[in-house]
Amino acid sequence: MEIKFLHIGILTWITFLPVLGMIVVLLLPKEQKQAIRWTSLAFTILQVILAVVIFQNFDRTLAGINSKEGMQFVEQYRWIDIKSTSWIGRIAIDYFVGIDGISVPMVLLTALISCIAVISSFSIEKSIKGYFALLLLLDTGMMGVFVALDFFLFYVFWEIMLLPMYFLIGVWGGPRREYAAIKFFIYTLLGSVLMLLAMLALYFSVTIKDGNEVIHTFNMLAMMNPENFVHGSLLEGVGTSWRYVAYIALFIGFAIKVPAFPFHTWLPDAHVEAPTAISVILAGVLLKMGTYGLMRIAFPIFPDAAIHYLYPLAFIGFINIIYGAYCAMAQKDFKKLIAYSSVSHMGIVLLGMAAMNTQGMMGAMFQMFNHGTITAMLFLIVGVIYDRAHTRGLDDFGGLMNKMPKYSGIMMIAFFAALGLPGLSGFISEAFSFLGAFQTFKWLTIASAFGIILTAAYMLWTLQRVFLGTLPEKWNNLTDINGREMAMLVPLAVIVIILGIYPSPVLDLMNSSANALVDFVKNSAGIAMLGQ
Amino acid sequence: MHSLLTLSLAILLLPLFSFVLLIFFGKKFYEKSGHVGTAILGIDFLLTFYVAIQKLTDTTNEVFSYSFTWVDFHSTIPLKLDLGIMLDNVGAVMLMVVLLVSFLVHLFSLGYMKGDVRYSKYYAYLGIFTFSMLGIVLTNNFFLMYMFWELVGLSSYLLIGHWYEKKSAADAGKKAFITNRVGDFGFFIGIMILWFNYSSLSFDHIYSSIAHGILPFGSSGWLTAAGIFIFCGAVGKSAQFPLHVWLPDAMEGPTPVSALIHAATMVAAGVYLVVRTFPMLTADALMIIAYIGAVTAFISATIAIAQYDIKKILAYSTISQLGYMVMGLGVGSYSAGFMHLVTHAAFKAGLFLASGSIIHAMHHALHHVNDHHTDAQDIRFMGGLRKKMPITFWTMIVFTLAISGVPLTSGFLSKDAILAGTLAYNHFTGQTLIPLIGFFVAGLTAFYMFRMIFIVFFGEHHDAHRLEHVHESPRTMTIPLITFAAVSFFAFYSFNPFSAGDGWFFQKTAVPESVVPQAVRAASAEAFGEELHHQHYLAMGLSLTMAALGILTAMLFYYWKKFSADKVVAAVPRLFTFLNNKWYFDELYQKTAVNGTIGIAKLLAWFDAKIIDGIVNGAAWLTRLVAVISGKFDHIVVDGIVNFTAYFTGFFGLVFRRIQTGKVQTYIIFALVGAMVLFYVYR
Repeated sequence: MEIKFLHIGILTWITFLPVLGMIVVLLLPKEQKQAIRWTSLAFTILQVILAVVIFQNFDRTLAGINSKEGMQFVEQYRWIDIKSTSWIGRIAIDYFVGIDGISVPMVLLTALISCIAVISSFSIEKSIKGYFALLLLLDTGMMGVFVALDFFLFYVFWEIMLLPMYFLIGVWGGPRREYAAIKFFIYTLLGSVLMLLAMLALYFSVTIKDGNEVIHTFNMLAMMNPENFVHGSLLEGVGTSWRYVAYIALFIGFAIKVPAFPFHTWLPDAHVEAPTAISVILAGVLLKMGTYGLMRIAFPIFPDAAIHYLYPLAFIGFINIIYGAYCAMAQKDFKKLIAYSSVSHMGIVLLGMAAMNTQGMMGAMFQMFNHGTITAMLFLIVGVIYDRAHTRGLDDFGGLMNKMPKYSGIMMIAFFAALGLPGLSGFISEAFSFLGAFQTFKWLTIASAFGIILTAAYMLWTLQRVFLGTLPEKWNNLTDINGREMAMLVPLAVIVIILGIYPSPVLDLMNSSANALVDFVKNSAGIAMLGQ
Repeated sequence: MHSLLTLSLAILLLPLFSFVLLIFFGKKFYEKSGHVGTAILGIDFLLTFYVAIQKLTDTTNEVFSYSFTWVDFHSTIPLKLDLGIMLDNVGAVMLMVVLLVSFLVHLFSLGYMKGDVRYSKYYAYLGIFTFSMLGIVLTNNFFLMYMFWELVGLSSYLLIGHWYEKKSAADAGKKAFITNRVGDFGFFIGIMILWFNYSSLSFDHIYSSIAHGILPFGSSGWLTAAGIFIFCGAVGKSAQFPLHVWLPDAMEGPTPVSALIHAATMVAAGVYLVVRTFPMLTADALMIIAYIGAVTAFISATIAIAQYDIKKILAYSTISQLGYMVMGLGVGSYSAGFMHLVTHAAFKAGLFLASGSIIHAMHHALHHVNDHHTDAQDIRFMGGLRKKMPITFWTMIVFTLAISGVPLTSGFLSKDAILAGTLAYNHFTGQTLIPLIGFFVAGLTAFYMFRMIFIVFFGEHHDAHRLEHVHESPRTMTIPLITFAAVSFFAFYSFNPFSAGDGWFFQKTAVPESVVPQAVRAASAEAFGEELHHQHYLAMGLSLTMAALGILTAMLFYYWKKFSADKVVAAVPRLFTFLNNKWYFDELYQKTAVNGTIGIAKLLAWFDAKIIDGIVNGAAWLTRLVAVISGKFDHIVVDGIVNFTAYFTGFFGLVFRRIQTGKVQTYIIFALVGAMVLFYVYR
């Protein structure tokens, strides 16, 4: 499947549209606040439209994963070609993008969340030109990560996204914004360095034929084929110790992003200090890059190590679920509570993918999507109240239900979706993750499922503290949500409800790829084990 | 799809329609919301009536079922999640129960909830409750069951917390939801076990697989475990020991809600779940179920004796009766357990509505005399209401007779059948404790129910002036009462007032064949039925005796006042306090589960902030420290050497500058001296 416009593929368009938007924004005079806002919105809406086109034309039967033929909307051009360098030889790097069932839900999610983040950013007043320019650049970085099939390109996008994030938190954030921004930046950079090392090790181990010449490559799909590994190279063979080391390096790089215990503490700080829209993007999209990276890169390139470390992965998932839930329960800051609930919910993704079977993998992928929509809603909800009351203390509120009925109605959907109420999307992905994980790790899954009680407890407790009871007098002049806020919350609520009843639109997208990924990892590892 | 099934689908969806209509357009309807909801439910009830009659008069007893693939995983091993609905006799009866009660509660609420702040929301929530409850009734698989199971939990949460401005109401809703989640956690584990082993969650598929000898993880022990785990869901929802604590608190909700959800239907869902899973329960699982039911029945009956809040008394009596049903199913009296669910639904819903009628009247009267302190639900402030509220009184008498198991009532039939079952169970397994508890609780029930009747309706009213203002409730409230009273007579269930066994009910809801392996199977239905027959008269005699004893004791204490209850209380103060405080379950759970959880949460949050994040910050600090030290090192040592070199050079420069005078003669002298020295050295 190929869709082109002006001879440029749709994935390039959807990735670089925000950069175009950024250029336009930068050209606008900074007094034209409305123009800047609406331009940003227009470009992200355009991006959503492209996402819908992709959704419509995506072939559900193709699997992708390790075959270029299975990838869709592929574009591949030579990007960097340095003919000869003294000791590395020829460096040839491709601009190689394409999507399969793992990436397409993330592409949709990124487009959606970015658009909603822009709507939510309309209330920003401080140097908005810079703000929207950075926001759009961030958008490109995120989208790029999800479409890149070349490791180098992936890495570039991964780093591109870091910089705007740093400034968005560090400039437009709360009182401790600099601490949070630096913590986020350095923590992620640490992960990036590990990833970079693994990437370089892979580069020097893998060769492909390019015409008549044999060259090293960053092509991810080539890295998934054991035959491409040079004889005698560092990562050659199966189950060798360097492969485990490389896998762990990659894993830590991604785990920081998830964030998996014990690398999660940057998240609450970043969330608390970040402006609402950035929290939404952070929780809605950025966290998924970690689990996406594991699925896209770590699992299929190192299937032997992946299988070897399934239990530790599941165990980290378990800790995330339970530990995150307990920590959430003890929070007094609304945003911090949601941040920890993210830790808990992302644990379900880890557990589901560690199951390494169809239901678990699909549960995990679907949970990534659902967590994106649900947590985005939760952060928006916090943002709404923070904009009005300038406090996020859970104990400062009470009785908002009567004062802000529309707001409270939407809040109920988000809260109950977060605690896994059937009929809302979160339930299905959680249930599938657990059902899948139970097949592989019986007791660990039972222990993890205990989290559903804790989640219900802290969610309902929060709901009670903020929305039930009587309204403190100082909030008598709070107003219900306005049209703009409805515009960002209602679409998400609708998606959460529809997918909760009829999940197939998203499940169908990822079904083939989930199966292919599981089979590929299991078979490769299986062959590996036989070979030993 | 069979036409009756299509109709059932319509029955299922109509209340959802009511919910959607009222939640979005409630403001428009406002005062008419109640009428809209009630009208929709009325239509739904008529449809159900038709479907149930059609189904139950059909002689083939065929089970209609329809499934569709909800999610197909397309994996190498076929893996599909099928959902669907089914209609059998049990389901048809249950449909009837749910809709009758729901419709009458809708009707009753027109009067009771009039002028409420969230009138339209109230009716909307009733709609979504009815929808979810019907979903539980009609589903043919565990997955959908679990989904609707949680949805009724949601509607229960919303309705308990209807007056959420009151902290106690908000607390009660939260408690109900979380306690139920504990049960659902077990339920979900059961579902995971079944899904693992059968790759399907439909009742049919699982039962036929078990019948073919495919056991979970190949062992009958796991089959027992699966049954028990699923039963955990029932323990939560049907408020069985040890998760019974949420139901009394749930009385914070409006009284019609208590009647609908917390007496007649939702709490009976747990019993219904046991009915649905009955074929796969092993003898061991059934025994555990029987004991849980018996213990529940006993504990809550003892608590009910020592309560003064009219709704609390009814709440504990509900728990106790639910325990009866569960016990009945556990001992193998399948039809009797289910029948008790049905008969209890009618008379307990009636009791709650009647209590609602009383509370309504009391509120009204208290309002008139400007008394805002007296608790309108405390029976000690009632008394002598008989004359003022005749319809409420007489219907309540009928309900109380029924719950006490007096002949000619529906309650007698079902309770007697359960008790006969416990005797038969004793015969097969030697578990004597079960019938002992069963009969003892029968006596207790009669006692505490009549205690309530005598205190509320007889004697003198606390305040004569206030009594003036007590009036009978309006017709929307009395019609439901009369209807429930009518269906509390035996004739609706069996034409023989002394035996349920001959009636249509038992024939239509005959015990399904067990699918578990012979070795772990409970007594067969035939043998059990045979033994039941033997025990029938003994059971009847004993249960009548116990009921009579209970009523007589209540009369001695509260009607003839031959004995003083206060003196008894004074004689055993510790026991009374223990019972009055509900065996201290709440305190125990507060100290252990709740405080424990919050304690762990605080501990882990501290650990996270201080240790984990401390390490991160520590690493950052360490890095900065290294940076500072290396900075200092750089400054002092490295730079020092450089500077020292420079200084040194400078010093020598200074020294040598002295020599460099710029005068040629001096240089020549230096050169000469130097040359001479060299000559001397290299001579």
